[in-house]
Amino acid sequence: MQLTLWTYEGPPHVGAMRIATSMEGVHYVLHAPQGDTYADLLFTMIERRDRRPPVTYTTFQARDLGGDTAELVKACVRDAYERFKPRAMLVGESCTAELIQDNPGTLAQGMGIPIPIVNLELPAYSKKENWGASETFYHLVRTLLLPQVPAPGTPRAERPADRRPRANLLGGTLLGFRNRDDVREVTRLLADLGVDVHVVAPQGATPESLMRIPEADFNVCLYPEIADTTCRWLERSFRMPTVRTVPIGIGATREFILEVGKVAGVDVQPVLERERIGEATMDSSRSLLPWYSRSVDATYLTGKRVFVFGDATHVKAAARIAAEELGFTIVGLGTYSREYARDIRELAAKYGVEPVITDDYLDVEKAVADAAPELVLGTQMERHIAKRLGVPCAVISSPIHVQDVPARYSPQMGFEGANVIFDTWVHPLMMGLEEHLLQMFREDFEFGDGATPSHLHSVQAGAATVAAPGVGSDDDLLEVPEPASIVADLGEPEVERAAATPAFTAAIGEAASSAATSAAAAEAAASGPAPWLPDAERELKKIPFFVRGKAKRNTEKYAMEHGLDRITVDTLYEAKAHYGR
Amino acid sequence: MTASLPMPVAGCTDLPVPFASNATQLPVLKERGQREVFCGLTGIVWLHRKMQDAFFMVVGSRTCAHLIQSAAGVMIFAEPRFGTAILGERDLAGLADANEELDRCVQQLLERRPDIATLFLVGSCPSEVIKLDLHRAAERLNQRFFPQVRVLNYSGSGIETTFTQGEDTCLKCMVPHLPATTTDAPELMVVGTLADVVEDQFSRIFRDLGIGPVHFFPPRRARDLPPIGPNTRLLLAQPFLSETVRALQARGATLLQSPYPFGVQGTNAWFRAAAAAFDVPDARVAEATRAPAERAVRALARYRERLGGKRLFFFPDSQLEIPLARFLHHECGVELVEVGTPYLDRLLVEAELPLLPGTITLSEGQDVDKQLDRCREARPDLTVCGLGLANPLEAEGMRTKWAIELVFTPIHGYDQAADLAELFARPLDRAERLTV
Repeated sequence: MQLTLWTYEGPPHVGAMRIATSMEGVHYVLHAPQGDTYADLLFTMIERRDRRPPVTYTTFQARDLGGDTAELVKACVRDAYERFKPRAMLVGESCTAELIQDNPGTLAQGMGIPIPIVNLELPAYSKKENWGASETFYHLVRTLLLPQVPAPGTPRAERPADRRPRANLLGGTLLGFRNRDDVREVTRLLADLGVDVHVVAPQGATPESLMRIPEADFNVCLYPEIADTTCRWLERSFRMPTVRTVPIGIGATREFILEVGKVAGVDVQPVLERERIGEATMDSSRSLLPWYSRSVDATYLTGKRVFVFGDATHVKAAARIAAEELGFTIVGLGTYSREYARDIRELAAKYGVEPVITDDYLDVEKAVADAAPELVLGTQMERHIAKRLGVPCAVISSPIHVQDVPARYSPQMGFEGANVIFDTWVHPLMMGLEEHLLQMFREDFEFGDGATPSHLHSVQAGAATVAAPGVGSDDDLLEVPEPASIVADLGEPEVERAAATPAFTAAIGEAASSAATSAAAAEAAASGPAPWLPDAERELKKIPFFVRGKAKRNTEKYAMEHGLDRITVDTLYEAKAHYGR
Repeated sequence: MTASLPMPVAGCTDLPVPFASNATQLPVLKERGQREVFCGLTGIVWLHRKMQDAFFMVVGSRTCAHLIQSAAGVMIFAEPRFGTAILGERDLAGLADANEELDRCVQQLLERRPDIATLFLVGSCPSEVIKLDLHRAAERLNQRFFPQVRVLNYSGSGIETTFTQGEDTCLKCMVPHLPATTTDAPELMVVGTLADVVEDQFSRIFRDLGIGPVHFFPPRRARDLPPIGPNTRLLLAQPFLSETVRALQARGATLLQSPYPFGVQGTNAWFRAAAAAFDVPDARVAEATRAPAERAVRALARYRERLGGKRLFFFPDSQLEIPLARFLHHECGVELVEVGTPYLDRLLVEAELPLLPGTITLSEGQDVDKQLDRCREARPDLTVCGLGLANPLEAEGMRTKWAIELVFTPIHGYDQAADLAELFARPLDRAERLTV
């Protein structure tokens, strides 16, 4: 039993729903009680889907449990087949149905329905959403392609010289982060390389198109969390090679191009030449990130402290971009994808930080607070953590929110994806000169702790008012006082800005009083940082709020290491000299 | 449009005349099939806000945790006063372990949140199916934590409860702990979660009527349990509290039958029911309610114009459907096509049912695909449904009002009557504005 406030992933049958809903001609019969239909909302609301997910829920009730729930399954399978006329069916169960052991998949397979029926067994008490999606995709592909698998040892036919190479793009699903646009961007990139896209799956696929997968020359595994298992099976069964580099960021996109060139046997030099790095080439390049990053106005990005959290694929990509392409400093990283814990541990070691491998939101929140980043790159959960701590944030990974499904074209992959990433990550930050002015003229009445970047006009008015010390308790300010939930949710402003929530200030300025942080406070009291003299405290407040946390932390650490029993103005500057910016 | 109004409603604040014919005969279409309705766990989303010293711990699966955070729109609260103790494989293997694990989770939680005075252990589908006895768990935990923390339990499972029924099972589990009233003088208890602002408005009117003491249940702090006894008169604010009402009746309280306080007419009737039970003269009722009722009528007028003659279809969702349909029909001139309700408890809608026109389809339960067929066939001007259906229906060219907003918005009473109408008028207004 694990106490959880928020979860990063849903149960595995939600992963199966993502596969079914991403495709056409597939229907999912889910043995589940009332209430599980909540998952429909993920698609109709977050993705704004214009049709219901192709899912029929058996909706059993307590009074059915003594009777024949198996008969209910059969009736639902029969009705769903007749009403929706799918060309392939997934049959499975949610957590409660797993306990009553009706084996709905087996039941359905015995009904003589003349379409492929995939029996999904997704253990709800040990596995999660991404695993469920991956397994579902694999079993569906396998069921449909099994009759085509050549005898072991059969060599793969050479591509005819007069046919362009063909690639399948595997792994894109609904509720994935920007998957729709990534598929478009990678398709464009492959076209530049002379490679045709053959099948895109699961998103946009049909049972028929899945059966054409082996006609391509290779597979591109866009999102390993979803497609790796399937790609490996296709390698084993059809000897189809897999391109595994995920092309997010300039470096990764270039490596992806090289890998495609090798696997497809095409000359990729012209494209790489066009996208030369380290040069302006503003007129000919599709990628502007390298030049924008070298442009002097980006100097202020140097060494910005950034915390990265999300699924493994996006965290790996984001860490590399942050460190190598934007010149940030990584102060923390982690993932909720335990399946990829080893990769992330290696990555963390590379950047010299402690990996945060957890699906416990509170652990992540604590890690973020401890790392005192200037920018958080995370999921929509971290968006809330960042908001609470008053730190700018950009979303880089699922789980997503309705505002992470933008109307405009905004891929993460390929050269255009890198452009989007540059804009998205830099946007929430304070611009260079403004940051300087804030540091110089803290006393300016317009530069309260509520001061946010002047190009953003989100929520300051309210925030500035509530930021006044002594108004209300933390809880009042942090928690929306009415359960407006989805209503509030739909109305959130698009740009998530460090809205100068007073939490940050409060947490730094005085001992945190809210119950939520009482544990941290207790811990702090135990280890006993030296007290701040009033002058030093006043001096600390002259430091802009977005770096004040770090300054306070460093000073206290310095005081402790030097055995000081109080913190004076000098201690503050001694620490500054000791640690540097 | 206004020409086709079924009755002259302008300025009318009186309870409508019952349609005598359908008091009991209105046929009910009972359906059994896929339900596009939340389970009772969802009630936690508003209950944890209402009772500020309470924490709701669901004992369930990852699905339960995912459901609540999805229903709550995810993450609007820094640290919510609800959470899920997620069952793992080990808990399924042995109930002894599960109980130990549960105690550990509770301990962990209470250490983290020393401000919690009442902890609700909330049963779910999986905890019910594996027969994890949360009642005994609560007793066990009370031995350790009471009186600092009172541990209660109820079920919000989808195999037993639908959406707002979660509030019913929650309140019911509190009833045995309500103290007994100490006098014989009549007292009023308003039952059902109300927005704080509405509660305050109602309190003022009760004061002006000279009715008191008035207790609201649930209270704003779970620790402040209202007293109950044979001198308690129950006035229901929400039409989904079947079990709670019966439990309160079992403690001697008397239920006052009334339509629910939606719209001017409903609110008038509601206060009159209270006034009658407390022997308040009519003149005083008229005096105390005149001003808010009159301004509510004025405020409603503009929406009556927009909604008058519009055909409306209710999918079952929150149990609010019947009283809201009555309000929309009599005070906004809406023509009702189908009114769906998750379940029909005649005790709770005795005063409402006769007010519905005999021409409607009243349906109970759901077979969502069949109901969608009926809805498409009827092509109503507005369909009230859950968020799983709203966008798909909009895409088919139908205007919709998502029902969950009706639960998360102050809609009771005089000063919210126009807000309530506006919720239904907005989708129509929007459709008229848009040219794309």
